[in-house]
Amino acid sequence: MAETMQFDLVSPERRLASMQVAQVQIPGADGDLTAMPDHAPLITTLRPGVLRVSGPQGDAAYVVTGGFAEISGEGTSVLAEKAMPVAEATAADFDALIGLATEAVAKAPADAKDAADKLLADLQALRGEVGV
Amino acid sequence: MPNLKDLKNRIASVKSTRKITKAMQMVAAAKLRRAQDAAEASRPYTERFNAVMAGLASSVGGSDSAPRLLAGTGDDKVHLLVVMTAERGLCGGFNSNIAKLAKQKAAELLGKGKTVKILTVGKKGRDQMKREYASHFVGHVDLTEIKRVGYADAQEIARDVLARFDAGDFDVATIFYSKFVNVVSQIPTAQQIIPASFEQSETDAASTLYDYEPDEEAILADLLPRGVATQIFSALLENGASEQGARMSAMDNATRNAGEMIEKLTIEYNRSRQAVITNELIEIISGAEAL
Repeated sequence: MAETMQFDLVSPERRLASMQVAQVQIPGADGDLTAMPDHAPLITTLRPGVLRVSGPQGDAAYVVTGGFAEISGEGTSVLAEKAMPVAEATAADFDALIGLATEAVAKAPADAKDAADKLLADLQALRGEVGV
Repeated sequence: MPNLKDLKNRIASVKSTRKITKAMQMVAAAKLRRAQDAAEASRPYTERFNAVMAGLASSVGGSDSAPRLLAGTGDDKVHLLVVMTAERGLCGGFNSNIAKLAKQKAAELLGKGKTVKILTVGKKGRDQMKREYASHFVGHVDLTEIKRVGYADAQEIARDVLARFDAGDFDVATIFYSKFVNVVSQIPTAQQIIPASFEQSETDAASTLYDYEPDEEAILADLLPRGVATQIFSALLENGASEQGARMSAMDNATRNAGEMIEKLTIEYNRSRQAVITNELIEIISGAEAL
């Protein structure tokens, strides 16, 4: 079995990471999951959370919101609408995101209310986890 | 014959014009590099995104329960034209070319008896579209204050468009922007964003069978609105690069023209000066002969 796989993290504005990793911990919409080399092909959407990778080049953690992850046997690519290394996340970023989410909750129609609530809760939890 | 002083002033003014256009050209060249880098940086995201969406769309697209953003409202009456142009002029035919394409489309749609609504991004396009289609305007997005367009700006526009779609304001949305080919060539392009259409890349999507979590339709419903933002974002970036490219070549032409003009004026200036000297000599000589 291959020991590492290709990992790419891209946001619309830039490519944040492209390297060989041993495993990727992904905050999937239906729960966290860890992808390792030769994982079965899977596409999952993301919830706001922390994406952790570890590999021969060391560990890294990124804050990601919105988007999806595409896992295949050869590699994992994560496409996130907003992504940044945990160390770079600032209070202002979260204020903006949470502000938007709160607005969305207020405006959400009944059938989308749960999803909007969950997004807000996820963001607040993420903020607690990152600690800013 | 224009007098010498006038000519001298003209030459001086054309020279300073040339300095300005030269400076603008160099600024545009520097900005173009940055704009191209930005466009380059967004490409991996857009490509992957579209590949996955194409795969998803082809597997869900046929069913009745496909999201409206993909399948459309089932109607084709009201068209929203999102016309994206620059905030500034002095970039050759860049703004006019986009506006012209949008006007063509609008006229074609109106001719077929459809309703046309126009949303503009960028001041120059607004001004041009307003002359003929003021009554069709539904909004304008102002990016004057923004030095460097980010994904957040695209999301803002996408939210606006999606809110109108959810409210049932239109059936089909098309964006107009300029595709950057190279410095001398930018192609005005119309691209339909709602209902979404994705180019199917044959090798990629079909070869692997993916599991989906949550199911395909939920993913599609989550990703389609993001797809709108992604397409708008890449259009904005293409536009940014095109604008600078167009400005660069326009200013290059202007600089060259100014140079030619200076040469012409200088020759004229020298001739008139010579004529004045000859005249004076004739006067002196004929004066001396008369004595």
